[in-house]
Amino acid sequence: LLVSVICSPPQNYPLYIRSVPTENELKFHYTVHTSLDVVDEKISAMGKALVDQRELYLGLLYPTEDYKVYGYVTNSKVKFVMVVDSSNTALRDNEIRSMFRKLHNSYTDIMCNPFYNPGDRIHSRAFDNMVNSMMMQVC
Amino acid sequence: PAGGSSAAAAAAAAAAGTGGLLLPLSETEQQRYSELFSRCCPPPEAAAGGSSVGELFRASQLPPDTLHQITEVCGAKRVGYFGPAQFYIALKLIAAAQSGFPVRIESIKNELPLPRFMALKNDTEVRYGTPAELHGVKFQVPHATLEKNSYKRTDEGDKQEPKSPPMSPICSPPASPSTYQRIPPSYGYGKARSGLEQQHGVPYEVRHSTHQQDGPSSGNYGAKSSLTCSTPKRSLSVEREQQDSSTHYSDDPWRITEEQRDYYINQFRSLQPDLNAFISGSVAKNFFTKSKLPIPELSHIWELSDVDCDGALTLPEFCAAFHLVVARKNGYQLPETLPETLLPEYLQAASLKPVRDCALFDSYSEPLPGNQQTRNFSQTEKSSAEEIPDNSALLQDGKKDDKQALKVSTTLKTIPKEFQHLTVKTAAQESNALKARPRSRSYSSTSIEDAMKKGEEPPTPPPRPQKSHSRASSLDLNKIFQQNTQAVRSGWLPPPPPALPPRPSVSQTEQPSEVDLHPQMNRPPSQAEENSSAKKEVVLAQPPSKPARRKLRTEAQGLETPELSPTINVTSSQPAAKAHLPVQKQSSKQKRAIQTAIRKNKEANAVLARLNSELQQQLKEVHKERIALETQLEQLRPVTVL
Repeated sequence: LLVSVICSPPQNYPLYIRSVPTENELKFHYTVHTSLDVVDEKISAMGKALVDQRELYLGLLYPTEDYKVYGYVTNSKVKFVMVVDSSNTALRDNEIRSMFRKLHNSYTDIMCNPFYNPGDRIHSRAFDNMVNSMMMQVC
Repeated sequence: PAGGSSAAAAAAAAAAGTGGLLLPLSETEQQRYSELFSRCCPPPEAAAGGSSVGELFRASQLPPDTLHQITEVCGAKRVGYFGPAQFYIALKLIAAAQSGFPVRIESIKNELPLPRFMALKNDTEVRYGTPAELHGVKFQVPHATLEKNSYKRTDEGDKQEPKSPPMSPICSPPASPSTYQRIPPSYGYGKARSGLEQQHGVPYEVRHSTHQQDGPSSGNYGAKSSLTCSTPKRSLSVEREQQDSSTHYSDDPWRITEEQRDYYINQFRSLQPDLNAFISGSVAKNFFTKSKLPIPELSHIWELSDVDCDGALTLPEFCAAFHLVVARKNGYQLPETLPETLLPEYLQAASLKPVRDCALFDSYSEPLPGNQQTRNFSQTEKSSAEEIPDNSALLQDGKKDDKQALKVSTTLKTIPKEFQHLTVKTAAQESNALKARPRSRSYSSTSIEDAMKKGEEPPTPPPRPQKSHSRASSLDLNKIFQQNTQAVRSGWLPPPPPALPPRPSVSQTEQPSEVDLHPQMNRPPSQAEENSSAKKEVVLAQPPSKPARRKLRTEAQGLETPELSPTINVTSSQPAAKAHLPVQKQSSKQKRAIQTAIRKNKEANAVLARLNSELQQQLKEVHKERIALETQLEQLRPVTVL
């Protein structure tokens, strides 16, 4: 169970959502949306000081369903959110970080494409392949 | 009987379609058929292209009406396409026919040998003498593919009439009557390259073992030709391909031929003169947007070709991107990943090592008898030149022999031609825009940089905007100052003509800022101006005009200059506008416009220079008069005081 989302500032609408393997997408959308608030909170908490690029939190553990939601913010306030099933205890912090880093790199590659307008939904096949492979690794 | 057979065929087709294959197909049969089918129809598609199937059928050496019957019986005619079921049934029927059974559904229920597709092979061999060894050496081809080649030929023969509707979904709907002409993409690109993700793999690998099969090569050509030709040409090239088996490489739509490469390199040069430098993302974006492909596709093409993901295209990356654009415009689907022939390393190696690759590219050219290695583009070009007039003739029927050579060459030649057609088709403006605008853009970008560096010396001759004429007193000073600077600038010639069009806009945008500075500066440094104007005067060496004339002229000039500058402004903006307009017109018009712009600018230059000198003269004399008056005043004053 893994969902990754990229949300862009300022309205935080999602540029990309991919979930594997269940089809409860709507639930994940909701989860991600609520987690965005927590992310924003953390960003503002960091405040004037330099924004730590990588932010990792295990905050959202729903009482009924166990999910772990990880967040990651880039310097341009693009938020990456990953929802992982808590049953996946094998996932460690480092792995999450590396996954976020890969996401970030792929995102910058997309930005390099002059035909991509920032704020558009991401339709890049290379990006999809990367995300798929990442998710397959986890699940 | 026809109804009954078609019904039976339908039943069999339905059964076969489910994959259960009520038809008894042996293992080998199944394998062979699926190979053939995949060759005729790339994996994603569900139906085989009519042309490739026609080729294959014709290669079975059955008489055309038998093939026609087969098509009917297998149900393709009825359903309008060659799905897997129809295809398999057709192959079975071909086998039956070759074994002497009547073309009926019942006959295929028996155990039959595999259908043989031999006929064309021999024929083409004789005609073209394209040695398969060439390809055999280069590719390993399972023997089964030989038969497949023959299948293709028979398909072609068969397909001529019956299959009008089926076509590879990849191809744009073929207008040509011959069905086999539609084969190319599917035919050429059937599973040949299993390893690659291309949809249009090189069938040659699969098809050629050692031979002489012209069929596959012709199929390849078809593919290639579809890449390069418009639909009519495509059909022609397909025919060629059917016949020509020796050229594996031509089958590969993702190989760049020498002609294409040269064309791409020229286009690259038009965007960026230094072949070792990059084309920036925005420049490339504008360039490729002109191809009128939808943005998502262009985005994907960029993703594929910008291997190092740096937002800029090197020459091999650019060639790959251009090639993909051409392919897409010709109806090919874009691959998921970059084909290896389009990788920058490959392209760079290819450009460096023409020896082996030329052979590859030569394979693109038409295979002339006994001339494998020495095939070169001159041949293809010749043949392509011939082929073009023949296109219409070829379209009509499946004459293979004579036309193959023509077709082959056409495929090659058609690539740049196609692009020319493309550009001409999509609008001559576009082609001009392609060439001119990118060029002008790069120039304008460099000129902007120069302007930034030089600060107050923007690289434009055009006259000042009207702002300077707001105040009469400042008018002359402004003009003088501007003329000074302009004279300085006029010595600094603008870069070559293509750069001219953006200049005026650049300069004009910069002029206001410049002019704004000037009015304030004009008053204080009037002395400096005088000196400089005096110097200018000397430099310009204009003959000083008489005072009377000058006085008249000052008034006239005072009137003139506002008019002159507006007119000059207008004319400069007109050249600018004109310069922009021609960008979208024919290149000749553009040249003319640029030349008129140059002429006008020169005239404006000359006029302003003259004006400058005259005004400086004026100033000098006015100054003298002032001094004279002051001395007079001095002389008079003691008298009055006293």
